[in-house]
Amino acid sequence: MDILLQQIINGLVLGSIYALVALGYTMVYGIMGLINFAHGEVVMIGALVALAVIRLLADSGLPGVVVALVGLGAAAPVCMAVGFTIERVAYRPLRRAPRLAPLITAIGVSIVLQNLAMLIWGRNYHAFPPILPTSQHEVFGATITSLQVAIVLIAALMMGGLMLLVQRTRLGRAMRATAENPAIAQLMGVDINRIISLTFVIGSALAAVAGLMVSANYSIAHYYMGFILGLKAFTAAVLGGIGKLGGAMLGGILLGLIESLGAGYIGDLTGGFLGSHYQDVFAFFVLICVLVFRPSGLVGEKAAERA
Amino acid sequence: MLEVTGLRVAYGGIQAVRGITFHVEAGETVALIGANGAGKTSTLKALARLLDAAGGSVRCGGREISALPPHELIAQGIALVPEGRGVFPRMTIVENLLMGAYRRHDAAAVKADIARMFGYFPRLEERAQQLAGTLSGGEQQMLAIGRALMGRPKLLLLDEPSMGLAPLMVQKIFEVIRSVAADGMTVLLVEQNARLALESSRRGYVMESGEITLTGDAADLLANPRVRAAYLGE
Repeated sequence: MDILLQQIINGLVLGSIYALVALGYTMVYGIMGLINFAHGEVVMIGALVALAVIRLLADSGLPGVVVALVGLGAAAPVCMAVGFTIERVAYRPLRRAPRLAPLITAIGVSIVLQNLAMLIWGRNYHAFPPILPTSQHEVFGATITSLQVAIVLIAALMMGGLMLLVQRTRLGRAMRATAENPAIAQLMGVDINRIISLTFVIGSALAAVAGLMVSANYSIAHYYMGFILGLKAFTAAVLGGIGKLGGAMLGGILLGLIESLGAGYIGDLTGGFLGSHYQDVFAFFVLICVLVFRPSGLVGEKAAERA
Repeated sequence: MLEVTGLRVAYGGIQAVRGITFHVEAGETVALIGANGAGKTSTLKALARLLDAAGGSVRCGGREISALPPHELIAQGIALVPEGRGVFPRMTIVENLLMGAYRRHDAAAVKADIARMFGYFPRLEERAQQLAGTLSGGEQQMLAIGRALMGRPKLLLLDEPSMGLAPLMVQKIFEVIRSVAADGMTVLLVEQNARLALESSRRGYVMESGEITLTGDAADLLANPRVRAAYLGE
């Protein structure tokens, strides 16, 4: 088995998920200059809602893919509603407040959502039922499962769709105009409150997809899973250049690869002193390096001055 | 077309506009002139709802608009070309023009209007797919005017269209403004360049320290000794 190729495949899968979540951070930042730290919790809610529905239908005899899609069909609207509500309740009243204020409510919302999820779903880990096809494919000595292929393809499709939406449609133009200059966008007739709401809703829909992917990929979901995932996706967004869609995608994929390759080789490199459980450290090492050496990110133009 | 009564604008405790009253008739071009800091831009911003008025009434076509949300203004037929142009720098010229037509849903007519704007400003057509941020100041001013016209407004508010531009460019811009006005557009023109503004207008108002101190036909104002001394540099 080729370890390098295997780690690259794993990294791409992980990176696709990071990229989807990172898009949610970067879209909101691009349009309002705000880090929505509750976004990871939206992913968690997506995962848990999807999983609840999937467990309910696991023995129904329906094909696994259909069950997963029904789960997503339930999770997406819930996440969109949560995203919409977060903006309304936690951020809109603070639109003119100092930058720090919405950052603090973001953390508050994050804690509220975690505890809400804990009350609903408990503190236990929930197993993802083995409903999806587990066929494995050999590629040059490495294995890739159908699920992994599906994750990468679906993530690529969603990202492509989002790019088309933002670059080619009237709504996308309004989003970009609002991001560049909200006052002038209003003069053009853009209802910027509506655009901001839609941005949260679209980001949350992507989060629901990512939530399902994470829980399927690791076969597990948990009320606390959004925290670390959110931080990593945020790191990916910063790595790529926060506020840039292309940056979030690039940053997500890169971070997935760095983590995966790092975890795969750290044991050999340190003579067994550090093991693959140090995987999570890489993301934050990357975050620190980016903040120190290139705070604007890989595709960012100038240093972001907003907190 | 536009009736402003007792309009007041304040920043914190400081009154920038102290209860001014003026009007613009349908189809005429009216200049609002005055020194830097006289309150001209604050007046326009209040009209365009970028600022909340502290008092007074603004009626357009008989309808009170001083409490409308800003994004509803274009639907009332009012377009502002803001001070400093305010183009979207990371969008292309065509995209900027399309933003001007954001509330319109007649795709064919929008396309025809883009062609019409390129007729006014051939320079923009050459750069149609370029990002607006790469344009010169004069070209950005052209784009800002074209973008405002894309909304097919009834009333065009222009804030310092000559500011920071080379004389040749100013001439070109004012040619277009006069031609748009000749086609029946109602124009309220705010300018520090008093001579240019009055020469392009039918009537004028002079603003000083937040108040309107003088008004009359543009030709009379151009001949007025006080205006000549204070604003025409004679």
